[in-house]
Amino acid sequence: MAANPLHEVAIVGAYNTRQALKLDGETDLSIIHDAVQGVLKMAGISREDVDGVNIHTMRGGLSARTGVHIMGGHPCWTGNAEMGIAAVMEAAAAIATGQCHTAIIASGQAGMYTDRSATSPWTRPSNEFVECWGLYTAAEFALIAKRHMALYGTRPESLAEVASAIRMNGARHPEAVYYGREVTPQDVLDSRMIADPFHLLDCAMNSEGGGAVLLTTRERANDMNQAPLYVLGGALDRQGMAYVTSPVWDKYGYVGRRAAELTFSQAGLKPTDVDVCEFYDPFSFELIRQFEAFGFCGEGEGGDFVMDGTVRPGGRYPLCTNGGIMSFSHCGVVQMLQKVISAAQQLWGLYPEALTIPDANVVMISNGGAGALFNDTMLVGREAA
Amino acid sequence: MSDPERGMIPLPRPTRVSAPHWEGCQKGELKVQHCDDCGGYVFIPQPFCTHCFSENLQWVRSSGRGVVYSCTTVHRPQRQEFEIPYTVAIIELEEGWHMLSNVIDCPHEEIVVGLPVEVVFQKMTEEITLPMFRRVEGAAIVSPSPP
Repeated sequence: MAANPLHEVAIVGAYNTRQALKLDGETDLSIIHDAVQGVLKMAGISREDVDGVNIHTMRGGLSARTGVHIMGGHPCWTGNAEMGIAAVMEAAAAIATGQCHTAIIASGQAGMYTDRSATSPWTRPSNEFVECWGLYTAAEFALIAKRHMALYGTRPESLAEVASAIRMNGARHPEAVYYGREVTPQDVLDSRMIADPFHLLDCAMNSEGGGAVLLTTRERANDMNQAPLYVLGGALDRQGMAYVTSPVWDKYGYVGRRAAELTFSQAGLKPTDVDVCEFYDPFSFELIRQFEAFGFCGEGEGGDFVMDGTVRPGGRYPLCTNGGIMSFSHCGVVQMLQKVISAAQQLWGLYPEALTIPDANVVMISNGGAGALFNDTMLVGREAA
Repeated sequence: MSDPERGMIPLPRPTRVSAPHWEGCQKGELKVQHCDDCGGYVFIPQPFCTHCFSENLQWVRSSGRGVVYSCTTVHRPQRQEFEIPYTVAIIELEEGWHMLSNVIDCPHEEIVVGLPVEVVFQKMTEEITLPMFRRVEGAAIVSPSPP
């Protein structure tokens, strides 16, 4: 196979705006303004240097086609893929094929979740075969977790270890929404039950904020501020109607396996080459499942695999080193992109010492999970493969 | 799952494709689509077979018996109209197809993966009857096995 053209594409900016449970006085656009300005400044370029754009918000507030106006009105390629790995892979492909040379991906959210007496509106299904049973996102993911627990004896203590490890990272990250909020495994087990086996602290939060990623060619990256990082590989696994089709383990339990195999193959790497795991963390069990799906351990072994400090800083596979969507922030559509931002900031050494993984070269990123019937993966590293 | 004083839970709005299922529920029959070509069962209702892409689907009556494939007892409601706790389950019907529903009339801690269940119909309004499931008394738990 010819050399992967994606390896000619570099990540040169990855920026988070301020994150909070609520950002009073902010709007989606004011946050996007901060995100765009921040990422351009990080790379040391201006809006005129950008000719590829994917800026959109949740629920059609701002579409990718109209979001391009934020760059000033000069002609640009626009992407339509979802924020996150999908958007980065789409923009990287556009750059690799010469459709544009420098692409910005950004979004932001404020003022979405105002009624906290029930689950957030976008987590509730509207389908006639789902809604009437009282399902919502946590219950869908719980149905996946409970089957695994019944099959393999996976214990709540393993789920709690994962949630604690991620939340302790956020507690040490000054930009995290839950900075300073230390959580032990016992705290997770003691928190109130949401949808068994998930306690409150097994679940991601809801917050507000924004972020942006900047991609360019290998050649142009040399003239920018940050040491270029490379997309070593990436792929998308999507299997069906999220939150409509029953999340049946036998069919969807290892969604992401094909994506991971393709991603490792493109990169010429294997799971043991990964230094940091910025996996998607909507619910604690989902991390255990992804270690199995991606080939880090055998089927049914994930519960034991995550114990003994393995997924904490200093362990072999540290997870979600900024605190993830459990503790750092979980906002709108940008939260999946924030996994890419976290990987880049980790490799650039922008994290506090306690969260910096020494000599980290390769970070694996994921978006989505089995409860949603999709799981995307990407590898980012210092050196192009 | 619904408490009258809380207001009605969100009810299905049948479509042209799904109407036979909901009409069956009103008559006390659990209806599912069956493919004449490949023999597969299709749920949720579709205009074509999701297994073989054939359009030769027929509505047939399920036995309504099955086991709990997976379940979760919910303590934070989807919305305030739901009375907590309630148990959501994926039911594996004995014909081999799966549907989401609630397991009722059973202590929540006794609802486990592999519990044999049977359909029971709950009339919500003149138009909508929901299929829910209750434990088959005296039947043994069916241990799950990996795919």
